Amino acid sequence: MDLTKMFQFNADRSSYPELDANGKPIIDLSSHKYLKLWQGPQHPGVTGNMSLELTVNGDEIVESITHVGYLHRGFEKLMERRKFIQCFPTCIRMCVAEPDPNEYILSACIEELGGIEVPETAQWLRTLALEMARLQVLLRGVPGQAGTFSLGLGYQWGNYIRDLILDRFEELTGGRVYHMYILPGGVRGLLPDGFKKRMEENLKLVDEFLVNINDLMYNNIVFKQRAVGLAVIPVEWIDKYGVYGPSARAAGIMRDVRKTHPYLKYGELDFEPFTTTASDVYARSLVRWHDLKMTVDLIRQIMAKMPDKGDIKAPTPNVMHWRIPKGETYVKCESSRGEYGMYMVTDGSDMPRRVNLKGPSYTQATALLERLLINANIADTAAIMVSLATCPPEIER
Amino acid sequence: MSIKDLLTPFTAWKRITKDPVTIRDPFNDRPGAERYRGFHKNDVNKCIGCGTCEDICENEAIDMVPFKDPISGDSGLRPRLDYGRCCWCALCVDVCTTNSLTLSNEYTWVTVDPEDFRYTPGVDKKAWDDNEKGWKKPEGNYEFYNINRVEMHHLHPEDRDKSFVEMVKGYSREQAIAEADRCVECGICTATCPAHMGIPEYIKAVRHEDMEEGLRILYETNPLPEICGRICTHKCETVCSIGHKGDPLSIRWLKRYIADNVSSDKYKEILNTIDLSNNHKKVAIIGSGPAGLSAAHYLALMGYQCTIFEQYEKAGGMMRYGIPEYRLPYDSIDKDIDYILSLGVDIKYNARIGIDITLEQLNKDYDAVFAGTGLHLGRSTGIPGSDNEHVYYATDLLRQITAGEEIEVTDQIVVIGGGNVAMDITRSLARMQNQKFGKVNIITTALEREKNLPADLEEVVESREEGAVINPGWAPQSIEIENGRPVGLHVIKCNSLFDDSGRFNPQCDITKKEFFRGSMIVQSIGQGMDLSYVSEDFKKDLEFGPRGRVQTNAHFQTSVKWFFMGGDIIEGPDVIHGIANGHKAAIGIDNYIQGIDFAPAK
Ligand code: SF4
Ligand code: SF4
Repeated sequence: MDLTKMFQFNADRSSYPELDANGKPIIDLSSHKYLKLWQGPQHPGVTGNMSLELTVNGDEIVESITHVGYLHRGFEKLMERRKFIQCFPTCIRMCVAEPDPNEYILSACIEELGGIEVPETAQWLRTLALEMARLQVLLRGVPGQAGTFSLGLGYQWGNYIRDLILDRFEELTGGRVYHMYILPGGVRGLLPDGFKKRMEENLKLVDEFLVNINDLMYNNIVFKQRAVGLAVIPVEWIDKYGVYGPSARAAGIMRDVRKTHPYLKYGELDFEPFTTTASDVYARSLVRWHDLKMTVDLIRQIMAKMPDKGDIKAPTPNVMHWRIPKGETYVKCESSRGEYGMYMVTDGSDMPRRVNLKGPSYTQATALLERLLINANIADTAAIMVSLATCPPEIER
Repeated sequence: MSIKDLLTPFTAWKRITKDPVTIRDPFNDRPGAERYRGFHKNDVNKCIGCGTCEDICENEAIDMVPFKDPISGDSGLRPRLDYGRCCWCALCVDVCTTNSLTLSNEYTWVTVDPEDFRYTPGVDKKAWDDNEKGWKKPEGNYEFYNINRVEMHHLHPEDRDKSFVEMVKGYSREQAIAEADRCVECGICTATCPAHMGIPEYIKAVRHEDMEEGLRILYETNPLPEICGRICTHKCETVCSIGHKGDPLSIRWLKRYIADNVSSDKYKEILNTIDLSNNHKKVAIIGSGPAGLSAAHYLALMGYQCTIFEQYEKAGGMMRYGIPEYRLPYDSIDKDIDYILSLGVDIKYNARIGIDITLEQLNKDYDAVFAGTGLHLGRSTGIPGSDNEHVYYATDLLRQITAGEEIEVTDQIVVIGGGNVAMDITRSLARMQNQKFGKVNIITTALEREKNLPADLEEVVESREEGAVINPGWAPQSIEIENGRPVGLHVIKCNSLFDDSGRFNPQCDITKKEFFRGSMIVQSIGQGMDLSYVSEDFKKDLEFGPRGRVQTNAHFQTSVKWFFMGGDIIEGPDVIHGIANGHKAAIGIDNYIQGIDFAPAK
């Protein structure tokens, strides 16, 4: 029995609309063939706080325009009016779900321009915090892909374990969501007593979760039918659209800053990021599943190798008027969504002259998403968006 | 795709037998973690209201609000939180200069009135006030500023104990900037400084390497920065916020750094005093100590013609004739004084009021008179033998040393007194003994016990480094005289100085006796004022206070309207009070001459 034929959803898609000589779609709304449909904004968090202006023909999208601007925060600009230390509580909000990379790149920029050496122990703790951040994000991100096809069960499982990881964050950093742990010069605390043991207990649950989610998603005919072959990113687009991290690795391109440009303690850890080539929603999701698995392994390695004691912060000039000499730098790290970097310019004053964030959502959820949605089914919009790990707060910082 | 893909998802059903993971009872409290960043707590008695927490808060969630009357070292304000703005980053906790501010691990708070969410931790009682858990400043090497002072280079005892060269070397550029960096610009020091100097402002100028701006700020409130930068009693440093967790800022050395690093020929240009106006009014000033010089300086800026009457050969009063050169070199005194004189201030040396010219005459010749005549008279212990000619007053000896006069120095000396003047004469005589005999043999004894010695700790330590024996806690009884010379001092143990009500009432133990050998005795138990220049007639018009001090109002005006007094005779004794008095008196004199009313004598 050929199950593929039996559950054939991928009926031939039309070639609407016709394209003009420049390759632009010719859309005449008055022809009544097309309809404008707005997806979002409808939720103040996650993917809901941006909106897609879709032009549909039947249930087929013929054009999509990404609209951002509903968060109106302007953190980059605000930081130009903040002392360096005051940028620290500001920057974390640039990506709410995974705030730690924000803290790290801000601190690393300031440290590089200000000539600060971060102590060994603090570097290990930073590496740990960044992997814990990835862990808690992927615990929702991986099953979340199935959620876009209405399979919410895995999401509940993941969320439960994520809550336990947030407990670990809470005891390490004092916060569950905004950890505010990595600050210029170092970090804000050593591991509490018994932390490693409790973490290991949680990791065991993640091991189990990985098996269960594998059964639930990647060996699931419905998930496969929906995700396989959906929104393929041709390899030529990877550079053209600025695709990073898991999305690039799903297209067979090894992009992982941890491996290609090791920072903090990644050079001392043993890991090999997973790559595959199908480059569709299924492949991207699978890469994330492997990322989650690798993160569990990395956390175990870090906890085994890191020193228990040591300085957590290098002395810095007085933060109340820390002036940093004229300079500029770009610092990057690997977030769960891909390369996450910050460009900072300093002018010798006690505030940054310019801060610019470079996150993967910015390129992937605007230009690339618009392109991928052409000829997609309305029902697949959310899946495609999530497969690109879209984070509107990071686009609109 | 295979049949497996159809079936495996159903393995999720195996979880049906497991307990749900959600919390069954959502009403029970779930305490926050040990380090949780919950609601604020403040130990208001430890907090000094420095406002650094307010400054660091990028959300402007903290306002400093009145809590009690300000006192020295405490602004009287306390931080008030606005939970409509706070993001619980806890930077306020980490930066707190006293560690008084912490966060509890409490995170639920339900109230119907949104105004409740604005509160003053520690003042407005909250359920979490006694909560031990929650965020505190991380332990270990975790500070937002350096709490350790940049060490000042001092000459080693062996390099200084034979000469009068200056022993404190002053900061280098790097040292000064690093020290200035430690300031959090709270201004607690400004409130305590008698002259209310713009301390955080001039420290900032050091940080920004803007010496000209620094000098301008210094002269706004203090025209003797070279001098104060060396020997000020630095009350500011005793209250400096940073001193609560570490070493206070070296405010005094930073002031000196500015003054040392601007050459005197630039002063007039920088301070914009090249063309001062002249209002053709004249003020006479008696004494060229800090109060007199300060009054002359500020009056000159306002256009007054000032004439200083100085009884000695050189200007400076006790700063020159009381403080030894190793602490305050004459060049530094001259730099400050020469600048003031360059503003058109006239000075008459060797001019004694009451002898060369009377106060009454001054009143006729001038529009107002200011007297800052200081405390020059040595006080006697009055014990048997103290009238011997080889028993001296410290003030006399110090003056003679400055004047270059020959003084007696024997190989065994006893000094009576525990204040800074006693240390000054001890250390001066030690140096002279070293020069003359190649060794030091000097005992300094005081009524007070070691921990209550009125002298600065560093003075005591350095005296000992230079070979003097400081042996406090003894009451002098008599000086034994043999063949017309002292041979030593008899003392008995002094157990306490003050009684329960705080009155001076020494309790001694006559069974514990000691004899300090010395062929020369120096008394340094305080100084008195010499008002002999005020005629008896004139004295009748002056109002005197309980301790024999002349009563003045807030502008140092006496009950005789044209006669102002300030400095050690009114307040202090120290240089900075004199400077502050002189400045205020200058304003008072200006008001008086212009006929503006101000508060009458208190
Ligand atoms: S920083 Fe600390 S000492 Fe200063 S006002 Fe705030 S709570 Fe009080
Ligand atoms: S010197 Fe000390 S008390 Fe004065 S402003 Fe600076 S930190 Fe505050």
